[in-house]
Amino acid sequence: MRRDRAAGDAAAQEPAHDAMPAVDSRLLVREEGLRGYLQEFSRKLRSGELGSLPVVVAVIIIWTVFGSLDSTFLSAQNLSDLSQQIVGTGMIAVGIVFVLLLGEIDLSVGSVSGLCAAIFAVLNVLNGMNEWLALLVALAGGAVVGLIHGFFFAKVGVPAFVVTLAGNLAWNGLMLQVLGSSGTVNIPSESIVSKLYSTIFHSPAAAYVTAAVGVGLFLAASLLDARRRQAARVPFRPVAEIVLRTAVIAALAFVAAYILNRYQGLPLALLVFLILLVVLDFVLRRTTYGRRIFAVGGNIEGARRAGISVPFVRMTVFSISGLMAAVGGIFLAGQIQSASQTSGGGNLLMNVIAAAVIGGTSLFGGRGSVWSALLGALVIGSIQSGMNIMGVSNAVQFMITGSVLLAAVVVDSLSRRSQKAAGRA
Amino acid sequence: MLTLRGISKRFGAVQALKDFDLEVHAGEVVALVGDNGAGKSTAVKSIAGVNPPDEGVIEWQGRAVSINRPHDAQNLGIATVYQDLALCDNLDVVGNLFLGRELRRFGVLDEVRMEQRSRELLDTLSIRIPSVRIPVASLSGGQRQTVAIARSLIGDPKVVILDEPTAALGVEQTAEVLDLVERLRDHGLGTILISHNMVDVMAVADRIAVMRLGRNNGFFDKRSTTTEEIISAITGATDSAVTRRQARKREEER
Repeated sequence: MRRDRAAGDAAAQEPAHDAMPAVDSRLLVREEGLRGYLQEFSRKLRSGELGSLPVVVAVIIIWTVFGSLDSTFLSAQNLSDLSQQIVGTGMIAVGIVFVLLLGEIDLSVGSVSGLCAAIFAVLNVLNGMNEWLALLVALAGGAVVGLIHGFFFAKVGVPAFVVTLAGNLAWNGLMLQVLGSSGTVNIPSESIVSKLYSTIFHSPAAAYVTAAVGVGLFLAASLLDARRRQAARVPFRPVAEIVLRTAVIAALAFVAAYILNRYQGLPLALLVFLILLVVLDFVLRRTTYGRRIFAVGGNIEGARRAGISVPFVRMTVFSISGLMAAVGGIFLAGQIQSASQTSGGGNLLMNVIAAAVIGGTSLFGGRGSVWSALLGALVIGSIQSGMNIMGVSNAVQFMITGSVLLAAVVVDSLSRRSQKAAGRA
Repeated sequence: MLTLRGISKRFGAVQALKDFDLEVHAGEVVALVGDNGAGKSTAVKSIAGVNPPDEGVIEWQGRAVSINRPHDAQNLGIATVYQDLALCDNLDVVGNLFLGRELRRFGVLDEVRMEQRSRELLDTLSIRIPSVRIPVASLSGGQRQTVAIARSLIGDPKVVILDEPTAALGVEQTAEVLDLVERLRDHGLGTILISHNMVDVMAVADRIAVMRLGRNNGFFDKRSTTTEEIISAITGATDSAVTRRQARKREEER
């Protein structure tokens, strides 16, 4: 979003700054209006700034293919279920996005999510601890585990890949230890964890009000920002553009709300996920801390010379990754209403990394947004849901998910290459 | 404004700096020249607080100060632009200019004010870049250098140290950067310019300090010297009258 605004700079410079020197003919000047918009768009595509375009195309293709193969895929029920199922993966993928922004990787999130679910289940169900307290302990556990990874990576200097790979095994072992001989702990359906996942606001108003509030906040924030920019005589986004953007977002939000209402309504899990995404997006783009994460991901030496404490950023980011793994683990446990020896295992780790990368967050650091966790989880979730409907075996599912991850990484690498050629990386 | 007296620095068996003196005044460009390994970088790092000197006195506006960390130098008002620039390619120009010194409003990044101040700063220095909102990766080498120099000015420093600012640049871009150096002088800043390029040095410097083997090898006033004289001082073909006199003075003091 910031970059779009940048493109408008050159065009808006002259009226705003009378003292500015004449615009250099070699510089980027965007034409006004729709035509300029399209020009800018095609220039970005050619220079490899794909953003979230590949993933949007992917979702459309996947939905078209599965929808034509089996009409139940695009039914309100399946899409509603999908919106709930992607939350667990998506939450963990958000943590991965933070780590990827540093240009690092966290291979332990699967085990950590299983461990935290087990901690909650054992404390609450087996030992009768207050469920809120147990939830808090489980989440804190995830954050501490991440902090330990961060410590070994940032302070001791062990590559993150190795630290978290070791963690992957070790935390899985700890989970088995915590679960003990019982192996599986069932979480009752009235438990907060189950409710967190399964609660659905049946009133149609809930979904529409949520959509309206979201769209309204976006519009208000955009207008306020434009007004402040105008007052400060720096380039601002014209009202027409803001209205257009808001209209697109409103269309998406209300269609989603309509589909959810046609089945049962707005799931609480989805609402929590969306609120978390908005908050974390704000943290990344609008706070000093977020700016520091991007700086460390872009140039470690540069960040250090600018007075940023690189170890602090690294440790906290790994801690966030651990915390988000715990949050995701709790939602996944609520989904199956149990914590078992297989929690956090299987292809979960691959799926969350795939989700983050497919969503458009670069493996090379410094580029990405938390929204890629939502988009990526949607792609992965759609493929799985579609294949389940079609009755495709696990063997084939693994191969296809693996191929999709490879495709996403290839797109990332290629777009980075053309960005380099266009001088943008 | 900034005075170094008798700075020495030893790395293991190597005496990188020995009795090094340097003086910078406001509104003056001092070029620091010398062969590779002459100790230019070590001298700069001792001012910037990267490698504190073993011996010697650093005086800032007439009083002795100790600079042990890069932060100390920055707080005094000494800004350093290193050769590798240390810009974050993925951040835009505004993001880089204010990195580590972000302006905030209600605890949130104040992008509008940062952008406004970036434009003002770039305008005052007549730096021309396509937009302050494009990632630094898409700027040319010269533009990146000017952004790096502009960044050093955000904290309102009194002295700016430029380490080989033109080494990697073409003719046109070099001209841009040299123009900028002159503008720094016009704004009353003291500038220490490290360079290999005699043409650049003669173009913008007011005084030229030659280093050789970790020691001073003469100070030259640009108006009364020639490139040949400086080069012979750099290579050690002649040691200058200036150094002779200083050496004699030091003997007498002892």
